[in-house]
Amino acid sequence: MAKRSLTPFLWFLFGGGGMVSAMLFPVHILLFGLAFPLGMLEAPGYEWLHALVVHPITRLYLFVFILLPLFHAAHRIRYTAYDLFRVQPSLHQPIAVVCYGAALAGTLAAGYTLLTIS
Amino acid sequence: MAETIRLEVSRYRPEVESEPTLQSYEVPYNKDWVILDALNYVKNQIDGSVTFRWSCRMGVCGSCGMMANGEPKLTCAVPLTDYDPTQPIRIEPLQFFPVVRDLVIDMSSFLEKLSNVKPWIIRDDVEATEAVEFRQTPVELDAYKQFSMCINCMICYSACPVIGLEPEFTGPAAIALAQRYNLDSRDKGKEERMDALDAHEGLWGCTFVGECTKVCPKNVDPAGAIQLYKMGSATDYLKSMLLPWGTK
Amino acid sequence: MSNPSLAPTRELKLYRRPISFWWWLDRPAYFKFVVRELTCLFVGAFAILTLLQVRAVGEGPEAYAAFAAMLASPAGIGFSVLAFLAAVYHTVTWFPAVQTTIVLRVGEQRVPGSVITGAHMAGWLVVSVVVAYIVLRG
Repeated sequence: MAKRSLTPFLWFLFGGGGMVSAMLFPVHILLFGLAFPLGMLEAPGYEWLHALVVHPITRLYLFVFILLPLFHAAHRIRYTAYDLFRVQPSLHQPIAVVCYGAALAGTLAAGYTLLTIS
Repeated sequence: MAETIRLEVSRYRPEVESEPTLQSYEVPYNKDWVILDALNYVKNQIDGSVTFRWSCRMGVCGSCGMMANGEPKLTCAVPLTDYDPTQPIRIEPLQFFPVVRDLVIDMSSFLEKLSNVKPWIIRDDVEATEAVEFRQTPVELDAYKQFSMCINCMICYSACPVIGLEPEFTGPAAIALAQRYNLDSRDKGKEERMDALDAHEGLWGCTFVGECTKVCPKNVDPAGAIQLYKMGSATDYLKSMLLPWGTK
Repeated sequence: MSNPSLAPTRELKLYRRPISFWWWLDRPAYFKFVVRELTCLFVGAFAILTLLQVRAVGEGPEAYAAFAAMLASPAGIGFSVLAFLAAVYHTVTWFPAVQTTIVLRVGEQRVPGSVITGAHMAGWLVVSVVVAYIVLRG
C-alpha cells in the first residue's frame, strides 16, 4: 500500500468529534451552562461532582469528551480559513499545523488534568 | 398576441469585449418547450450568433448545462412553464468555469480531472477480462449502480463552492465516478485511484456542502459518494495502522 | 495541460468570473453550510470550558464555586445561550450527514438514510436523558 497522508486519520478524529459533540454537548451545555446557573434545576452538590469526576469511567468519558471535539473544531476551523476567509494556499499548511497543534495541546492538557486530579 | 417570455442571455464575444454582457430576447412562452427549445428559437429566428452547446435534447449527452436565474440546470430538462412569463429568465454559462464564448464553457480542466481518477475497471489480469465474464449479483450491482448514472454534465461543479474557491479541487462528478468503480466488485483499482485522490485537491477538499447532490439532474448522489469514499479511506487507514500485518 | 489532445487548437481568450468574498450569501444552502461550520467555534470553546470545569472540581469547592459563578455571570449565560443553539444546530445537521457515510443492509435491502438519521436522533435523546440522570442523581 502506497504511503498515505495523515488526512484520513484527521478526518476520523473530526468525524468522531462531530459525533461526540452532537450526542453530548447540547445536554451538557443545557445543564451546566443554563439550567444550573439560572436556577431552573437544582445544581448537584460539589461532593457529588467530585465523586463523579474522579471515577475512572468518568475520567475516560471526559477525556474523549474533550479530545475528539477539539480535533473536530480544529478541522472545521482549518477548512473555514480556506473557504470562508480564503487564505492564500501558501498559508494552508501552517494553518493546518496551528489548528491540529492546538487541539493536540488541549488533549495533552486534558490528559494531564484527568490523570492527576484527585 | 401569443404569450411571450424574455430571455436575458449572457453574451461574451472575446474579440470585441473583455467581460460578458446580457442581451434580451423575446420568445414565445410555449408550454411544450424546455429552456433549450427557447434558446434554439433565438438562434434560428432572432440571432444566429448566440453560441451554446447542445446535442441530444433528452438528458443523456450532458452538453446543455447552463445557469438559469443563478441555478445550474440541464436546459433540455427544464420546461419554460417552471418560470413566470412576466419575469425574464437569466441564462448564463455554468459558473466556476472559464467562459469560451457566450454560454460555452471551457471544460478541459474537468476532462483532465476525470481521466486522473481512472474511471474505468482496473485489473492486472487484463488478458483474462477479454475472455472471461465477471458476474455480479444484484446486490453487487446495486452498490454502484446509482453512481453510474452520471452523464458528466458538470452541473454539480457549478453548484460546488469549493470548485469556485479552489479550482484545483477534483470535484463532485469525478470523485463520485472514482467511487463508482471502487464499489464495483469487478474492480481492483481502489489503491491506484487513492494515489490520485489522497490530497487536499483530491478527496479531502470536499467539505460536504451537499449542493452537488441537490442539483444533479440524474439523481446521482455525488455528495454521498464522496462521504462514503472518505469513510472508506479513513477506515482503511485505521486498519493499516492497527493491523499493519493485516493489509494485503 | 498534461494531455495534449485536450488542449484547445488555438489560444482562447477565456473569461474567468472572480469569486466574491460574499459567495456564501449566493445560495441559502451555502449560508447554512457556513453557519454549520462555524458551530465548531462553540464546540471547541465548550470542550475547553469543560476542561476548566474539571480542573476547578479538582482544585476544591472554592475553585468550583468561582467557576460556577463565572458561568452564572451575564457573559457566561450569553455564551451558554449561543453555545446551546450552536450545539443543537450542529446535532441536527450532523446526523443527516452521518447517514451518508454508512451503508447498512438488512438482507439485500439497503436501510434508508432517514432510518439511520432517525436512530441517531433517538439515541441522542436517550443519551441526553442518561447524562442528565447521572448528573442530577447527586
